[in-house]
Amino acid sequence: MKNNMIEFIDISKWFGSFQVLKNINLQLAKGERTVVCGPSGSGKSTLIRLVNGLEEFEQGRLLVDGIELDGGSKSLEHIRTEVGMVFQQFNLFPHLTILQNLILAPLHVRKMTKSQATELAQFYLDKVRISDQAAKYPIELSGGQQQRVAIARALCMRPQIMLFDEPTSALDPEMVGEVLQVMVDLAKDGMTMVCVTHEMGFAREVADRIVFMDAGELVEIAKPKDFFESPKSPRLREFLSQIIN
Amino acid sequence: MKRNKLYKLSSLKSFFVPWYNAIITAVLTPLILITGFKLFNWLLVKGIWQGDASLCRQSEGACLAFVKEKARFILFGTYPDEQLYRPILVIILFVAGFIYISDIKRWNKRLLLYMAIALVFIFWLMGGGFFLMPVDSSYWSGLPLTLILAFLAITISYPVGILLALGRQSHSRLLKGMSVAYIELIRGVPLISVLFMASVMLPLFLPEGLNINKLLRAVVALTMFVAAYHAEVVRGGLAAVSHGQDEAAMALGLTYFQRMRLIILPQALKAVIPPTINTTIGMFKDTSLVIVISLFDLMGTTKSSLTDSKWLGFSIEAYLFVALIYFIFCISLSRIGSKLEKYKAT
Repeated sequence: MKNNMIEFIDISKWFGSFQVLKNINLQLAKGERTVVCGPSGSGKSTLIRLVNGLEEFEQGRLLVDGIELDGGSKSLEHIRTEVGMVFQQFNLFPHLTILQNLILAPLHVRKMTKSQATELAQFYLDKVRISDQAAKYPIELSGGQQQRVAIARALCMRPQIMLFDEPTSALDPEMVGEVLQVMVDLAKDGMTMVCVTHEMGFAREVADRIVFMDAGELVEIAKPKDFFESPKSPRLREFLSQIIN
Repeated sequence: MKRNKLYKLSSLKSFFVPWYNAIITAVLTPLILITGFKLFNWLLVKGIWQGDASLCRQSEGACLAFVKEKARFILFGTYPDEQLYRPILVIILFVAGFIYISDIKRWNKRLLLYMAIALVFIFWLMGGGFFLMPVDSSYWSGLPLTLILAFLAITISYPVGILLALGRQSHSRLLKGMSVAYIELIRGVPLISVLFMASVMLPLFLPEGLNINKLLRAVVALTMFVAAYHAEVVRGGLAAVSHGQDEAAMALGLTYFQRMRLIILPQALKAVIPPTINTTIGMFKDTSLVIVISLFDLMGTTKSSLTDSKWLGFSIEAYLFVALIYFIFCISLSRIGSKLEKYKAT
């Protein structure tokens, strides 16, 4: 596969003596939508947190947008401006308004002027359909709205890659749909996306490939159709039977 | 409106219901009344406002004549009489400053500039030079000295404390070790010993002839001391901000200093306003310990006014008088603190 956006080469990682990632090899192409799933504790969050250096790895190599993450702060700083991330707990900045949350990084990292940044923020607030909430504080918004703001905040950096770490897991069920819809729209625009999620419907609709992890290993990588209809490994079959019930 | 009325009714009721509140009311009310009456009687009914010490001694009341007689010395100490308008102006400036900053909307970058200008102005008023008669800092005493010490120590120790707290969280072992050592060392010794060290030992280490001003030494000692306490308070605030905030800021590509300045510290410092004000008020009162290095702050001038052989034995009156002054400033600090707490965007 050419034009790789993210390339994991034989990566292993330990938390103390516990090995969370075992010899991971995975290439993700530009524009590819990848869903990572698996039981809790399987290392899926850790895997995507490597991509923007929120976690470090002990063994192997990792290339993001052609740049090697080698522990140097220069490469890390650059990669973080190209990789957006959405967290399970939203992590909006509670002391700033929605608009201030959005323009913060464009102002201080991209060094835009305030009017440029505001214009950009308005554009993405429209895109996630909450442009009327710009002056409010995060606490005044519902969970679903907060998560959409978090997506818009990441998009304001105009990243090449978007990482989603269980973006709907902390939401009330009736708010899951609105967040997934925003993510579907984003996928249609051709963004390179890596999503850790349990939303199998989303995975089926959007993913180019689904990665199944268990106990720190990549157990199976498949297109959605094959993933759901003809899973090869017994572990994946067991996992699917559990979540379908 | 209806709710308000209900609240009023229940607040009156709360003196007697449930039954143990009635007991508390029954015990405390006479206590408050008796104390209040005695104080009123001592101060206002039997208090001596005019006259000399012998008149005071015949009376059972408070000798307010003594306070009147010594007020000038207590407030301004040994500052030259003919230049008295200068420390008076300094006090007015401080009070005006207090009133100005009591509106939290005015806490912005420009305030720092105003404070710097005010500081230069205060030092010029007190010390003279440049059209004013020079007054050596050894004559600065009383309330202006207390206010100057407190103002300098508060404004310098806070940022130093923040840096120490960040140092304590640093990944660099050296920085972390030094911060921890500093904080623990300072917290492990009494302020008096830090003041002594700054005043007696510091000159021993400095080259001969280089004599650092005593006032400056006191400010350094107070700042060093309180910074360690601020550092621990700030550390508590840093711990209260979830790690997710830092991660989100990292993921957006912000550098360490940007994350601290824009995301972490604004939340951390806000979370610990009450203990910060606590430390600040404590420090304001602790300035009274500078008497051990023979600086005559408000407490120092009060103590020495008690040694006047003509007016022996009226220490209660004098101490109540300075207590009132300390109280006014401390309660103002406290009020500003609670306003700050309620203010949304800090």
